[in-house]
Amino acid sequence: MISTADLRVTFGTAVALDSVSLSVAAGEWVGLIGPNGAGKTTLLRALAGMVRSKGTVWLGGRTSGGLTHRQLARLIAYVPQQPQLPPEMTGGDYVLLGRTPHIGYFQVESEADRRICANLLDRMALSHMAGRPLRTMSGGEAQRLVLARALAQEAPILLLDEPTSALDLGRRVDALELVDELRLEHSLTVLSAIHDLTLAGQFADRLVLLANGRVAASGEPAAVLRDDLLSTHFGAGVEVLMTDGGELAVISRRPSRDRLAGQPADHPTG
Amino acid sequence: MKAVAPGRPPGADGPGSPAPGPGAEAAEPEFAPASDLPAAPAGPAAADRATESGRSVPTSGPQSRPGAISRARVGRAIIVATALLVIAVIAGVAIGPAQVPLGAVADAVLIHLPWHPVVSVSAIDAAIIWQIRLPRVVLGALVGAMLAGGGAAYQGVFRNPLADPYLLGVAAGAGLGATTVIISGASPALLPPAAFIGAIGAVALTYSLGAGAGRRGNEASQGAGPRTTAGTASILLAGVAVAALLTAGQTYLQQSHAQSLQSIYGWILGGLSGADWSQVQLIIPYVLVSAVALLAHRRLLDVLRVGETEAGSLGVNVARLRLIVVIAATLGAAAAVAVSGLIGFVGIIVPHAIRLTAGPSYRVVLPVSMIGGAAFLVLADIAARTVQAPAEVPIGVITAAVGAPFFLFVLRSRRTSGDVA
Repeated sequence: MISTADLRVTFGTAVALDSVSLSVAAGEWVGLIGPNGAGKTTLLRALAGMVRSKGTVWLGGRTSGGLTHRQLARLIAYVPQQPQLPPEMTGGDYVLLGRTPHIGYFQVESEADRRICANLLDRMALSHMAGRPLRTMSGGEAQRLVLARALAQEAPILLLDEPTSALDLGRRVDALELVDELRLEHSLTVLSAIHDLTLAGQFADRLVLLANGRVAASGEPAAVLRDDLLSTHFGAGVEVLMTDGGELAVISRRPSRDRLAGQPADHPTG
Repeated sequence: MKAVAPGRPPGADGPGSPAPGPGAEAAEPEFAPASDLPAAPAGPAAADRATESGRSVPTSGPQSRPGAISRARVGRAIIVATALLVIAVIAGVAIGPAQVPLGAVADAVLIHLPWHPVVSVSAIDAAIIWQIRLPRVVLGALVGAMLAGGGAAYQGVFRNPLADPYLLGVAAGAGLGATTVIISGASPALLPPAAFIGAIGAVALTYSLGAGAGRRGNEASQGAGPRTTAGTASILLAGVAVAALLTAGQTYLQQSHAQSLQSIYGWILGGLSGADWSQVQLIIPYVLVSAVALLAHRRLLDVLRVGETEAGSLGVNVARLRLIVVIAATLGAAAAVAVSGLIGFVGIIVPHAIRLTAGPSYRVVLPVSMIGGAAFLVLADIAARTVQAPAEVPIGVITAAVGAPFFLFVLRSRRTSGDVA
C-alpha cells in the first residue's frame, strides 16, 4: 500500500532522511521507532506530501508525485503529533473538517457527510461532544476526536505521529487498541511513529528503526527490539526483557543508581 | 531474548480499501458548481438547538448531527444583523438636516420603484432623499460591508487577529494614488481610479515580494516544498515594508505641495460626503465580485482554523486559497477606499465583535461581518453628519470613538478565550 525507494529529504545542508526504502502492505500496521531527531516525523510528513522529498513514493500502486492535495488527502489521513484544536470549534464541526477532500470547492457539507461524521462520533463514544467546543474536552477525548477526523477522510492509509504522547499509560493502551480495532473495521494501512518501545512491540505488526535519517533495522518486533540494536541507537542502558507472558518489555537502566545508593538520601549534596 | 510476539497475528486483515481510489476522483471536477446556500434546511436537531441561548455551552443530545448547531447559529446571526441593517438604512434615509416627514421619505423612494402606486411628493423632498441621502446610505453600506468583510477574510487567511483590510498596503497605495491626483490638479473624477490602482498595485507588490521571500526562506531552512506554503509572516512583513515605503512617498509629495494639504488630509480622513449614484455604480461590480468570492470561501477559511499544515493534509491548496482570498478582499477594500478614503477600525472591530458574540466560524463571521459592517458604517455616518451639523465630523473619528469602546466592552465581557482569528 505504501512503498518508498531512495527517499531523501534535506533541510538546507542538513540531511533529514537518506535513501529510505520501506514498504507497508495493505492492512498492515508498521511502527516507526528511533531516537529523537531520527527522522520519524519527517518520513511521515514526506509520505503525506507535506515536505519536499526526492526519490519515489508509491501509494496504492501509484506514484504520489502527480497527485493533487485533494487526491492525496483521499489516500492518506495524517494525524500530527500536536494537532491544532481551535478552542471554540465544536466537536462535530471538527470531525466534519475530515470531509474536506470529498467536498467540492464551492460546496458545503452534504447530509451524507454529516451522517458519516455522526456515525464516527458515535463509534468513538463522542456523541456528547458534537455540540461542545473543543476547549471543554479532555486529552483522551481530543485524541479520539482527532482520530475521528482522520477516519472521516475515508482514506485507506492512516499516518500517526506519536498518537499517544499526551496520554497516561492506561489511555495509551486504550488509544492504540482503538486504532487496532479501527484498522480492522476500515481495512486501514497504518504507519505510526511510537515513542514507547514496549507498546510499539505490542501493537505493530512490524517495526522500522530509524536512526540519523536511515533505516537501521526493520522486521517483526522481536527482530528489532534487541539489546544490541537499541543500546546502539538509544543509549547503553536500554535493555529488552521478556515477561512471563512472553511479551517484550523495553526498559532503561540507570547507570548511576549504584553510585547514588551509597549516598545519604535526604542530604542532597551541593 | 526469544522472538515471541504473543496475541497479535501480523497482517490480520485483507487489502480492502474503503475509500474511492484515485482513479474515481480524477473524473470529478475540482470546481463544482456553486450550489451552496448557507442555511440548508436544518434538521429537527437544529430546530431544537435554535431555542437555546447562544452564549451557554450547548449540551447536545446524542442525536444531534455535526454542524446542526452551527447552521442554526448562522441563520440567527444573519437575521439579527440584517434587522440592524434595515433599521440603520431607514434611519440613514430619514435623518438629516432638512426636515422631511417620514411619509414623504417613503414616497420619495417609492416613486423610483417599478409599478409603484400613484403618490405625490415635492420635488425638493424627492431630490433630498433620492439624490443625497439614499446614495450616501447605500455607498456607506457597501463600503462598510467591504471593509468589515475584507478584514474578516484577511484575519482568517493570515490567521492573525490584528489583520485588517489595509494590512498589505491598500491604504498606503491608495493614499499615494489619491495624493498624486490631488497635487497634479487633475480632475477629481480621477481620484477613485487613482486610489484604486494605487491600492491594488501596493498589494500586488507586497504579495509578490513576500511570497517569493517566503519560498526562498523555506527552501533554505525547512525544505518546505510545493505542497506547503510560503510563510504568511514574510507576506505580512513585506506588507509593512511596502506600506512604509509608499507612505514615505505620499508624505513627501504631500509636504512639498503645502497648498493641497487640506484636500489631501480631507481625503485621508475619509468620508461619504461626496456620495452619489455614480460612485455606487463605480464600485458595485467590485463589491459584488468580492462579496461572492469571499462568501464562497467561508468553509475553507474554517478548515484553515486548524493551521496551514493540517489544512494542507486535509486536501486544501493553502497557497492558492490565500491568493484567491487576498485578491477578493483587496478588490473590495480598494473599491471602498477609492470612493470613501481611509476609514479606519471598521475592518478590525466589526469582525471581532461578530466573533465574540456569534462565534468564530467563518460561516458566521464572513456574512455577518459584511451585513454588520454595512449597518455600522451607515450608523456611524448618521452620527458624522448630525453631531456637529451642518459641519461634518470625519467618519473615521466616529468609527474609532464609538467602535473602540464598544469593542473593548465586548472584549471584556466575553466568557471564553482564544480562537480569535
